[in-house]
Amino acid sequence: MENMTLEQALGELEQVVDQLDAGDLDLNQVLNLYERGQLLARHCQQQLDEAELRIEQLAGDE
Amino acid sequence: MIRQLERTHGDMNMFEGSYSVSEITAHIKDRLDSDPTLQDLWVRGEISNWSRPRSGHCYFTIKDAGAAIRAVMWRFAADRLSFLPQDGQAVLAHGKVSVYAPQGSYQLYVDTLQPAGRGALYAQFEAVRERLAAEGLFETSRKRPLVSFPARVGVVTSATGAALRDILHVLERRWPVVQVVLAPTLVQGEQAPSQIVAALELLYRREDLDLIIVARGGGSIEDLWAFNDEQVARTIARSPVPTISGVGHETDVTISDFVADVRAPTPSAAAEVAVPDQTQVRVSLNGIQKTMTESVLGSLHKKGQQLGSLQQQLEKLSPELRIVRYRQHVDELVAQLERLGERRIQAWRERLAGLVGRLGGLDPHATLARGYAIVHKHGRVVQSTDQLAVGDELDVRVARGEFRAGVTSVEESG
Repeated sequence: MENMTLEQALGELEQVVDQLDAGDLDLNQVLNLYERGQLLARHCQQQLDEAELRIEQLAGDE
Repeated sequence: MIRQLERTHGDMNMFEGSYSVSEITAHIKDRLDSDPTLQDLWVRGEISNWSRPRSGHCYFTIKDAGAAIRAVMWRFAADRLSFLPQDGQAVLAHGKVSVYAPQGSYQLYVDTLQPAGRGALYAQFEAVRERLAAEGLFETSRKRPLVSFPARVGVVTSATGAALRDILHVLERRWPVVQVVLAPTLVQGEQAPSQIVAALELLYRREDLDLIIVARGGGSIEDLWAFNDEQVARTIARSPVPTISGVGHETDVTISDFVADVRAPTPSAAAEVAVPDQTQVRVSLNGIQKTMTESVLGSLHKKGQQLGSLQQQLEKLSPELRIVRYRQHVDELVAQLERLGERRIQAWRERLAGLVGRLGGLDPHATLARGYAIVHKHGRVVQSTDQLAVGDELDVRVARGEFRAGVTSVEESG
C-alpha cells in the first residue's frame, strides 16, 4: 500500500466498493474488503494531505 | 409561399391571399435561422461605422470591396473584447446571421470579434484551417477523453511566462499529487513553431504522461501566431496522449485549439480541466467510506438475522425437546402400567377373598358342629364299607372331642 500511487489506490477503492455493493460475499470477504477499503481511503486522504507539486523540467532551447 | 405571392401579385385588388409585412419577415427570418451555415460562421472584413452607445451594445458594419453586412455585438460579448475596434480595422467576426424585423434588415450577431491585423495572416490561417479540416483533423470523433486522475502532466509553454505560473498555481490548488513535466519553449517569434514542435516531440518520447497541455498567455494575434502554425497543429494532432490547448484569452481562437482533444479558453482553464479537484475527491472519498461502512453494517445485520432464524430453527429441532417428549411418554407408560398393575392386584385380592369364602364353607368343624362325625381307620378317613372289617377299631371325631369305636357288622355298600 505504501508504494501505491493515489491513482492506483482510487482505482482499487472503486473496485472494492463495487464488490461490496454487489453483495454475494461471505462475511470474511466482506470484512476483509471493508478493511482494505478503509485503508485505501485513508491512504488517498493522506497522499492528498502530504502532496506537493513536483516539477521536472526537460532541457529546452529557450 | 412563392407561388402564392405570385398569384397575389397578378391579382392586384385582393387582400386575401396576401401577407402582412410581419408575416413575410417572420418567414424570411425562419429561412435564415434554419440554415446551419448562417448559424455558426466566421466573417472577415473591415469595420466601418463603429458605435457603442451607453447601452454597451456595439453596432457596426463589416465590409469588403464588394459588399457590406450590418453587425451587432451585445454588451456581454463586447465586454470580453481584448482590443478597441476602430473603423477601417480588419477583423474576423464569429456569430450568426439573422433578421432584424423592425428595420427589415439582416445582420450579423457577433459573439467573438478578433483583429485581423494583416490580411495575409488571415488568408494563411484560413488556408491551414481548411486544409487540416479537409484531412479530418478537427473531427469530433478524433477527440479523446481525458483520464480522471492524471499522475503526470506534460506542459509545453514558456518557462518564464505567466501561463506556466497560472497553470502551476491551479494544479497545486486542485490536484497537488500530479507531477508536472515541463518542456520549455519559446511561444512567440520566428523560432517559436519549431521549438514548440521539438518540445512536443520531447514529451512524446516519454511513456509516462497522461496528458499534455499546450499553453500560452494572452497577447496580440501576432503574438499567438505560432499556435496557428501548420506543423505545430500537425504535431499536436499526432500526440500519443490527449492534449489540451489553452492559448490566449477567452476570445482567441487558434488552429491548435481545433486539433487539441480539449480546447480551454486560457492556460488556467486548461489546468482546471486537466486535473480533478481535491476538494471534491475528498468529499467523495468520505462518501465512499460512509457507503462502505453502511454496506458492511448492512451485511452484518443481514447475517445476524440469518443466524437468529437458523438458531430458532435449530431449537425447534433440538434433541432436548425430543427427550422431554420421550420422558413424558415414559411417564405416561409407567402410569398406565401402574394402573394396570393395581387392577390386577385388585383382581387377585378379590379372587383370594372368594377363595377364602369358599374355604370357610369347607371347614370340617362346621360340618361336625351340625352333628356329623369323621371316622378314621389307622389315620385314614373312612368313606366306604369296603375299607372295613368286623372287629376293626375306628377313631371317631365329633364336634367336641374324639372317641374309639369297634365294628360289629359290615353291610354291603350300595
